[in-house]
Amino acid sequence: MALEAIERVAKNIVLTVQDYSLFAYRAVMNLFHPPRYWTDFLIQSNIIGVGSTAIVLLSGFFTGGVLALQSAATLSQFGASAITGRFVSTTMIRELGPVLTGIMVAGRNASSMASELGSMVVTEQIDAMRALGVDPMRKLVTPRLFACISMLFFLTILADAFGIAGGGFVTVVMNHQNGTQYFSMAWEHLRYPDIIQGLVKPLFSGFLIASIGCFYGMKTTGGTEGVGRSTIDAVVFSSVLIIFCDFLLTQVLLTVFPPI
Amino acid sequence: MMDTPASAPQGPGPTQAAAPPVVAFQNVSIRFDGPPVLQDVTFSIAPQETRILLGPAGVGKSVLLKLINGLLRPDQGSILLFGQEIATMSEERLFPLRTRTGMVFQEGALFDSLTVRDNVAYQLIQELVPDDEIDARVHQALKFVELDQTFGFFPGDLSGGMRRRVAIARALIHQPELILYDSPTGGLDPITSTTIIELVMKQRDVYRTPSILVTHRLQDAFTLCTHRFDSEQGHMVSLPKGETDLNTTFLMLEEGRLIFDGSIHDLIHTENKFVREFLE
Repeated sequence: MALEAIERVAKNIVLTVQDYSLFAYRAVMNLFHPPRYWTDFLIQSNIIGVGSTAIVLLSGFFTGGVLALQSAATLSQFGASAITGRFVSTTMIRELGPVLTGIMVAGRNASSMASELGSMVVTEQIDAMRALGVDPMRKLVTPRLFACISMLFFLTILADAFGIAGGGFVTVVMNHQNGTQYFSMAWEHLRYPDIIQGLVKPLFSGFLIASIGCFYGMKTTGGTEGVGRSTIDAVVFSSVLIIFCDFLLTQVLLTVFPPI
Repeated sequence: MMDTPASAPQGPGPTQAAAPPVVAFQNVSIRFDGPPVLQDVTFSIAPQETRILLGPAGVGKSVLLKLINGLLRPDQGSILLFGQEIATMSEERLFPLRTRTGMVFQEGALFDSLTVRDNVAYQLIQELVPDDEIDARVHQALKFVELDQTFGFFPGDLSGGMRRRVAIARALIHQPELILYDSPTGGLDPITSTTIIELVMKQRDVYRTPSILVTHRLQDAFTLCTHRFDSEQGHMVSLPKGETDLNTTFLMLEEGRLIFDGSIHDLIHTENKFVREFLE
């Protein structure tokens, strides 16, 4: 009995991965053949990008602030509190900016994609769209996917900037250190590989958020309860995979751009 | 098992009988997780023919309807839509074929974030038809269902019956060559149901569009058979006693099997126990 249960679960996992891979492949390939729904892309860019700006800025600012507080306390024990700016900027740009932005956007947008598309599935709106000769993958999924990828890129830049600003605010106002020193340390020790590392990650995170959110939305079954389940799955899997993907990318990028 | 018509007392058959069918099912079967939902279903819809698909809830009526325009794929058998085999056709190739059909879903399936205008014009908007033409055609379609005043409303502002009528307008705006009605009167009060059936009849008698209507309401089915739409009077009228609409015929499903295919006369005189119980 136990073996059968394990076999069933294993088969379900393999089947889900296969379905997800095909789904994501179709969503990406749709961009290379007409029809393309640019208006929907712009609408989704507004919802994802503009709509998430406030939470991304706030979370970035306070994360930078916390980093400055914590690092200054530790670094001062070694007489190195002057390098707080370097520490905050490198950490924000290479790691925390992309990951935190990804998780914040996943919480907000993967859930909304899964619940919106899931509701459309259970009320037969997706079938109605297909019956009217419109491909829901092209109309609903592909615009969300590319809007999420492009917007997450810019949101990460904003989060990085506000994180460094938050660190600067804490350094000057709370730690009573020199602001010029903080920002010059933050700037001077940045290298291009740090920036590349920080800007490659959101491309993958954006892909994961939209593809997983849409995937769980489109395969919703079981009425309104099913919509709730899809929403939870979308947020959980996208958040976990963002961190897992970050781990893998960091490994790869550290190999490509070894630290000096 | 299938009852074959023993006689045709209403007179000669439909004149378009020789024309190729709009839809042809051949030994179609489908199952999901569990027993088959449809098994060896074979039937066809001729040009100008209206087929009424009867059966209690859960026998596969809606599944059959979704197979007709390729929203579902059969496990076995052949489905011809407008002469083209769609059972194995790719989704990409199905989209243009689906635009030639109109489908009215059980609960309307209107896009709740769009206005009635944008819902009805959905297909036209995708085809980049100019706005002026869209507005004119939407008004025309809404007038057909007598809901012109709802042009700027959202589906949430409409009653259940009004939503079905808007769904009918959406299905008809593109002048489809086949209409699929999935329980258009389900859950509606008798007066609203009669209004919907009158619209179905109007489409049948004025535009002669072939259609298939899923229902479990016998009253709706018999009304369609025993009435015609009078364009001059603007409403439906009874056919003379003993006469029925020759182009309106019946199908009946029982546990995924097609157990009846014939006219109203054959239906009420059938010996099939399940059909008799259903009728009674």
